[in-house]
Amino acid sequence: MVSNDTVSNDTVSTVRLLVDRERCLGAGRCVLTDPDLFDQDEDDGRVLLLTGPDEEPEVTAAVRRAVQFCPTGALTLSDD
Amino acid sequence: MADDLTTDHPPFPVPRGCPFGGPERAAGGDAEPPLTRVTLPTGGTAWVVSGFERVRRLLADPRISSDRRRPGFPHLAPVPVGNPPDETLPMVTLDAPEHTAHRRMFVNEFTVRRMRLLRPRIQEIVDQCVDDLLASGRPADLVQTISVPVPSMAVCELLGVPYTDRDFFKARTQKLLDRSNSAEEMRKGFGELLGYFDELITLKEKDPGDDLLGRAIVKYRDAGRYNHAYMVNTATMLLNAGHETTTNMISLSVVALLENPAQLAELRANPEHTAHAVEELLRYFSVVDLTVGRVATEDVEMDGETIRAGEGVIARPSSANMDPEVFADPHVLDIHREEARHHVAFGHGGHNCLGQNLAREELEIVLNTLFRRVPDLRLAKPADELSYKDTEQVYGIHEVPVTW
Repeated sequence: MVSNDTVSNDTVSTVRLLVDRERCLGAGRCVLTDPDLFDQDEDDGRVLLLTGPDEEPEVTAAVRRAVQFCPTGALTLSDD
Repeated sequence: MADDLTTDHPPFPVPRGCPFGGPERAAGGDAEPPLTRVTLPTGGTAWVVSGFERVRRLLADPRISSDRRRPGFPHLAPVPVGNPPDETLPMVTLDAPEHTAHRRMFVNEFTVRRMRLLRPRIQEIVDQCVDDLLASGRPADLVQTISVPVPSMAVCELLGVPYTDRDFFKARTQKLLDRSNSAEEMRKGFGELLGYFDELITLKEKDPGDDLLGRAIVKYRDAGRYNHAYMVNTATMLLNAGHETTTNMISLSVVALLENPAQLAELRANPEHTAHAVEELLRYFSVVDLTVGRVATEDVEMDGETIRAGEGVIARPSSANMDPEVFADPHVLDIHREEARHHVAFGHGGHNCLGQNLAREELEIVLNTLFRRVPDLRLAKPADELSYKDTEQVYGIHEVPVTW
């Protein structure tokens, strides 16, 4: 159930974090899991990524946990 | 569902046999079936869904409704008569997209960041309650001195209840969770709190102020959908959701740690680990285990069974949190359990607990403060002789006599 803590370089290059803010209802579990990457909007509580505009977040073990914990499916990983 | 009347489904709920380590399984036996038909106290039947994956899948399924007005909703207690107008219903009983719209009006009040800003105030509230405990005679009841007033005052802080009204508020919430009062007295106490919210919201409508209720009034007015009764119901919902649950988690957590002195000693030495221990305690007790009722709006296939449209479903967080596929030796309390954070004690899907980060914070601060300031705290009565809330919708303990 718990995802692997190690991610191969191949996986890092192909698996992407997808964020669907329309599904987010602001539980904040991603912020608790990886506060360096996730934050919540001051106005509507929805998820924000603390990355630059064109920066692709690395899919770390913490990101995988945040995806698993997200109660509303707002965070997912791409398959390709 | 007339055929169900002739079938002999086991009753639900079954009281927890052992105070610790989770509720009895719905149908008995070790191999809990994925889905079980049960008979409810209100006479109808419902499905009980068990297991980590199934509970999460069910609660995230858009064909599964939280609308308590729908026929087939698995009510555990008789529903009050009368049909409140749709626009006054609080978000717990709404489905998307209405639920989403209402939740977005409040969710920024409960962000991780906002809750961190509340920390110093929660710490002051807890310190005051510990002062009151130490000033009282020994033994004292932990429930009435700490477990009830901390979340009660935290709700006041969150909603913007004026300081001058907080003694009134605290006394009413203490009364509601003191079983020596008659049902009539409790109804009266609840009525007084409702009346209080009605007056408070009327005042805030004139002068909203910079607090949750004031800001919500402004937001709803700006959106052109302000409704007084809705706001009163929502304030009451926030109190209901945030009070008794946290009260019971505080009592159970203190007792569980006093009963596990080695783990308590570790937390005393490493209070920064308490946040993780809180996740394990939330998993272990699943206090909100019976109230996660839903009703199917379409036929839903699950593990070879069909939940028909209009049938009630109960997802049990305890069965997810005690699933051995996810949590090894699930009936063991282990504050170092790596996977503890996977629990669904705050639910899953769109209705996951709005106030979960406030609850986490209250529990962490209470445990750290209480065990630091009262280092020789101990039970004045053996844990197995305490009176547990075996038959109530939110699991907990009625009284916890402590001494020091």
